[in-house]
Amino acid sequence: MRENRKYFYYPGCSLKGTSLAYEKSLLAVFKYLGFEAPELPDWNCCGATSYMSIDEMSAFSLAVRNLAIAEKEKRDIVAPCSACYMVLNKAKKYVEEYEGVKDVIFKGLEKIGLKEHFKGDVKVRHPLDIFINEIGIENIKAKIKRKLNGVRVFSYYGCLLVRPFTDFDNPRYPTMLDNLVSATGAETIESALKTKCCGGSLTGTLENVGLRLSYLILKEAKRKGAHLIVTVCPLCQFNLEAYQDRMEKIFHDKLGIPVIFFTQILGVAFEIDGKELGFNHSLIYPDILYQKALV
Amino acid sequence: METYVRTIKYEKELDRSFTKEILSIPGCEGLTNCIQCGTCSGTCPVSIYMDYPPRRIIAMVREGFKDEVLSSKTIWLCASCYACTVECPQNIKITDIMYALKRIAMRERRYPKGFPIPILAKAFFDIVSNKGRQTESKLVMNVWLKISLLKILKNSLFGLKLLRKGKLHFKEEKIKDRESLKLLLEEVKK
Repeated sequence: MRENRKYFYYPGCSLKGTSLAYEKSLLAVFKYLGFEAPELPDWNCCGATSYMSIDEMSAFSLAVRNLAIAEKEKRDIVAPCSACYMVLNKAKKYVEEYEGVKDVIFKGLEKIGLKEHFKGDVKVRHPLDIFINEIGIENIKAKIKRKLNGVRVFSYYGCLLVRPFTDFDNPRYPTMLDNLVSATGAETIESALKTKCCGGSLTGTLENVGLRLSYLILKEAKRKGAHLIVTVCPLCQFNLEAYQDRMEKIFHDKLGIPVIFFTQILGVAFEIDGKELGFNHSLIYPDILYQKALV
Repeated sequence: METYVRTIKYEKELDRSFTKEILSIPGCEGLTNCIQCGTCSGTCPVSIYMDYPPRRIIAMVREGFKDEVLSSKTIWLCASCYACTVECPQNIKITDIMYALKRIAMRERRYPKGFPIPILAKAFFDIVSNKGRQTESKLVMNVWLKISLLKILKNSLFGLKLLRKGKLHFKEEKIKDRESLKLLLEEVKK
């Protein structure tokens, strides 16, 4: 373990696009907690799941370029998008485990002057891991100004944060997000669907397949009486929130369930201004979090 | 007169070199350990839509049913959720095998015609290879232009809704050092 770990924030493409609310709330919460993580200089797209479907070595090299830039400055990476988190960790693991991959990637890094900076020491962590294991739940509890008692939350983990590379939670039955959400005073519901796939990019490509997967999650939240869903991933948040009116028509069900980022609910508990938390981007506003009765 | 089509294959019609190729790809080496238990098909959230569920795909790859596997919808339906990989009692990285199959299908242009998923993958690949970052609005437009103009019309209200909430923007995202990215991608492709 390196002493005094320092971090770079790796936004990935979604946090600069559809999920600006995630970026805003994450940075606001980091600032409030005094956690420093400047943006990774000249970061590039991790390659997501699409790049891997075209060319393996290009996909690994894209991811590793980011790792090498971070390692050059002796910093670790905080990746809030579950897909980025998985892809960056996967590239690191494959370079470590497969000689053939390592040789090709190092040849590429050498060409752009990053080879000598990359040994593979860099860690890629998710902010959830940072909150729980770096900052600590007790420290977070101590900074909470507004208890969210009475709010029922479905803490939804989705796929790629917990599968297949998590080193801080149980991939079959994760609890870290529930623990963090509970720290705000909110109540979390139990559900076997908390790691079930939301449909990922299928919602955009094969709508009838993707929407049904997303609907299952929303139906579960509704059935169990959750006021809102809390997510850790930009794509999960988008799928679950943006298509609700379509799902209402297709599945003849009334939804209207707010779906927010876990950094947003933390921010509310810290009494950070709603605009700083990106609630102006919400399609379904989480009124429940601001009800006077809670105070 | 009725024509009869043989539905099973003779040994000589199978392509064993296909199996060998898959086995040589990093992450796919566990293929031959499959015990055909079906855990992958059971955990897969989209197996109900597949022409061959994951268990059958694994069996078919192992025996060399190249044509059937590469033209199947299964490999494109895989949403890459890794549930099968985590649950597989034989530790076979099924998701990675699916990726390998997608890549070979792309290389040999064997994917089902007009299927939107390979089109998305290609559009994504092209934008990131050139700019280093993805611009979501551009990606969506590129894909829809290739699939159908109708889809653009159908989704215009949806797009407006996102635009109004600042969830969609048209500013192009790109990295500064595109030159070195190009060098890197060229070098690893050699």
